[in-house]
Amino acid sequence: MIPSVFQVVHRYVEYPGTFTLHLAKPRQSTEGFQPGQFNMLYAFGTGESAISFSDLANDDGTLVHTIRAQGSVTQALERLREGDSLGIRGPFGRGWPLEVSQGKNLLIIAGGLGLAPLRPVIYQAQRDLLGAHKTYLFYGARRVSELLYRTELQQWSRSLEVVMSVDYGDNNWPGHIGVITDPLQATGIDGANSVAFLCGPEIMMRFCIQVLLRKGVPESAIYLSMERNMKCATGLCGHCQWGPNFICKDGPVFCYRDIRTWFQIHSL
Amino acid sequence: MKTIAALLHEHPFFQGLPDSDLDFLASCAKNCVYHSGDYLARENTPANHFFLIRAGRVAVESFVPNHGSLCLLTLHAGDIFGWSWLFPPYISAFDAKALDEVRSLRLGGACLREKCEKEPSLGFELMKRFARIATERLQSARIQLLDIYGPNPSHLGKSP
Ligand SMILES: Cc1cc2nc3c(=O)[nH]c(=O)nc-3n(C[C@H](O)[C@H](O)[C@H](O)COP(=O)(O)OP(=O)(O)OC[C@H]3O[C@@H](n4cnc5c(N)ncnc54)[C@H](O)[C@@H]3O)c2cc1C
Ligand code: FES
Repeated sequence: MIPSVFQVVHRYVEYPGTFTLHLAKPRQSTEGFQPGQFNMLYAFGTGESAISFSDLANDDGTLVHTIRAQGSVTQALERLREGDSLGIRGPFGRGWPLEVSQGKNLLIIAGGLGLAPLRPVIYQAQRDLLGAHKTYLFYGARRVSELLYRTELQQWSRSLEVVMSVDYGDNNWPGHIGVITDPLQATGIDGANSVAFLCGPEIMMRFCIQVLLRKGVPESAIYLSMERNMKCATGLCGHCQWGPNFICKDGPVFCYRDIRTWFQIHSL
Repeated sequence: MKTIAALLHEHPFFQGLPDSDLDFLASCAKNCVYHSGDYLARENTPANHFFLIRAGRVAVESFVPNHGSLCLLTLHAGDIFGWSWLFPPYISAFDAKALDEVRSLRLGGACLREKCEKEPSLGFELMKRFARIATERLQSARIQLLDIYGPNPSHLGKSP
């Protein structure tokens, strides 16, 4: 699959080292995609990285990705400015199974940058397109300054139950200080009638899953987005193999019931 | 107006305890309101009380020289604060500061200890409840130490 050339039409720094790019393909409309799917973003001369869609498809055909600069590729993406070009292949993978939240409590649980792939789900929930009984957003980050989409979080709290928690904060911070598992544990939800979508560092998801299971959320109602290094993104190279699955084509979103065995193997 | 026993009954910590036990414990409890900035407990001072938080937020803090007060966690309605009254030398390990108006039930530590000695089965039930919460807090503190949101969680235990 050959990358298409896109242009950066808007660039926004969420907090130092983490930024959001709005990308457009000159003179052409872009393909549709599902929340939870990802693109391979190609920084010319450096390489490609898997990056999730962090917004719904826009009417003007722009794509939105939120990126944390980590290594060579994401640092090269960070150096791009409005008007610069990059390559895009995608969309890839299987996204969030939005239909399962129909009539249920939807628990959206995000840690750090994990809010980015879940933002399109939040938009849909906000517009009441998911048919969920009630939607909760649990969002944990290390510090207040490392929360993504700060102004939107406030807006979301008007229509969704938003619970935020930071590890370190001062007395001006109105949310929780501590770990996100605490408010999750304290929430009075009917676990058996809930579905959960999780995205964040694996270790954070592991602890949240323990809480969800204790609250009676069935394994079959827990979905998580897994991250592994990608190369081809088309299920051919084996780079992202995880147990019997290829994350690029069978995931990145998996049902916990189906991957529990692999999730608990440390060396995978 | 609700009786103290009825207020104890409403708090999750005492959920499921028979009325007779709550009546027995009620004489140890007082309904207390703290305003924003008030301290429920101070580090290194006698830990005379156990708090059931009914409303508002409480910051559990420690003073770090050259930095100021560092908030380790916040407690909310339904949470409890304080178990230093349980064990000698009965000294508070942390500051507990009201972040807004906090409504709480404050139970005397010495009174509670005496009741638990007198009624060992109630004492055992309460100790199980304390142990569960203490274990959960320990678990949370460990998760917090792991720095779970970072790209490379925790540098603990790794050689530099
Ligand atoms: C399906 C999927 C969706 C993703 N969505 C996003 C997103 O929306 N925004 C975003 O910023 N990143 C996202 N990532 C992670 C992103 O792909 C990697 O951070 C990026 O590829 C790192 O490339 P690099 O060349 O900059 O760093 P490298 O030089 O390859 O690595 C730098 C450091 O990051 C670590 N690392 C590399 N890849 C990953 C990974 N996948 N997970 C955890 N650690 C990694 C390396 O071990 C190393 O420590 C996603 C990954 C996947 C698989
Ligand atoms: S990245 Fe090549 S098989 Fe998944």
